[in-house]
Amino acid sequence: MKVIYNTLFKRTSTYAVAIIASAFFFERAIDVTSNTIFDTVNKGKLWKDIKAKYE
Amino acid sequence: MANKFRNLGGKLFQLANGIFNGTSVRPRMSFPGRAFSGRHPKMLGALGALTGAAGLLIYALETSVDASSDCVHPPHQHWNHTGLLSALDKESVRRGYFVYKEVCASCHSLQYMAYRNLVGVCMTESEAKAEAEAITVRDGPNDEGEFYDRPGKLSDHFPSPYANEEAARSANNGSYPPDLSYIVSARKGGEDYVFALLTGYCDPPAGFALRDGLYFNPYFSGGAIAMAKAVDNEVITFEDANVAPSAAQIAKDVCVFLKWTSEPESDERRLLVIKVTLISAFLIGISYYIKRFKWSSLKSRKIFFIPEMEAQAKREAEKAAEALTKAKEQECNKCENKNEKKE
Repeated sequence: MKVIYNTLFKRTSTYAVAIIASAFFFERAIDVTSNTIFDTVNKGKLWKDIKAKYE
Repeated sequence: MANKFRNLGGKLFQLANGIFNGTSVRPRMSFPGRAFSGRHPKMLGALGALTGAAGLLIYALETSVDASSDCVHPPHQHWNHTGLLSALDKESVRRGYFVYKEVCASCHSLQYMAYRNLVGVCMTESEAKAEAEAITVRDGPNDEGEFYDRPGKLSDHFPSPYANEEAARSANNGSYPPDLSYIVSARKGGEDYVFALLTGYCDPPAGFALRDGLYFNPYFSGGAIAMAKAVDNEVITFEDANVAPSAAQIAKDVCVFLKWTSEPESDERRLLVIKVTLISAFLIGISYYIKRFKWSSLKSRKIFFIPEMEAQAKREAEKAAEALTKAKEQECNKCENKNEKKE
């Protein structure tokens, strides 16, 4: 905790960089997670599951 | 005017700085709402009760209309897209499109859907293009000022069977076949209603006077509908030979297709349920932690009332006051002595 504070949170400039970087990775993680959940729950119903038949 | 903005900006800057430094700066603003609820709690309670009563009244009115309606309520079917996270079955949407095209399009328009909407949902781009090219569209004016016919493009909307409502009415005994683009959203009961309507044709009960040109359908308001039974076993054949075109299957597919035309964004909405839940859970979690952290100093402070200390403080204050008056007197005495000496 101390290490994080001293390296990232102490200065406003580094804090801002930390926020932006973690927001980027957080959003990517959320996107991937929710897409996999949605695709698993709806397997066979989505266009990507049936498009192989028609291309 | 500019000063106001400077002051507001200064206050906001202070607040922002305070968050970073861990200090709390409370800007003093007036909250008329807070004052109102503080001074008139009974009025606020009365307002809340009134809102609740209004809500109950609306609910009662709605349900009373339910009880006295003039048609049979459609039974609830178990669609596989009604779950909180359930998407529409695109295979069913595709079959439903072909059912619409072959059975319903002769009378019902679908003017708010275009061929490009099908791409990536139930058809590839080339298939949708082929569907579009099967129709002719009146376009123009060209450079000579003439209107001309051309085969359809992806950007064209589905063709309407009649040029306008009057033509539709005159061709259908005075009744207007409604546009189906939003029919599932526009009718009470949604796709359950449409399914029941399509499959629910039966003989009228004894004594039911049915005018010429009308058919009996118990799910239709009033019972007498101008549409003849359109969906029957094997009225069309599906491209997929594994799916038997029974009346129920045909009706089900066209209902799913119409649900899609009414709510094409429903899949995205289901995905957003997941995303919003995940993100909100995280944000609410850390907000709660930060609030408790910042308030911990206030919440853990203790305020003591010690009677003896108060009495002692009083005595000390009295002593100090006495000492002060004495000192003042001494000052005055000094001055008087000086004056006397002068004289």
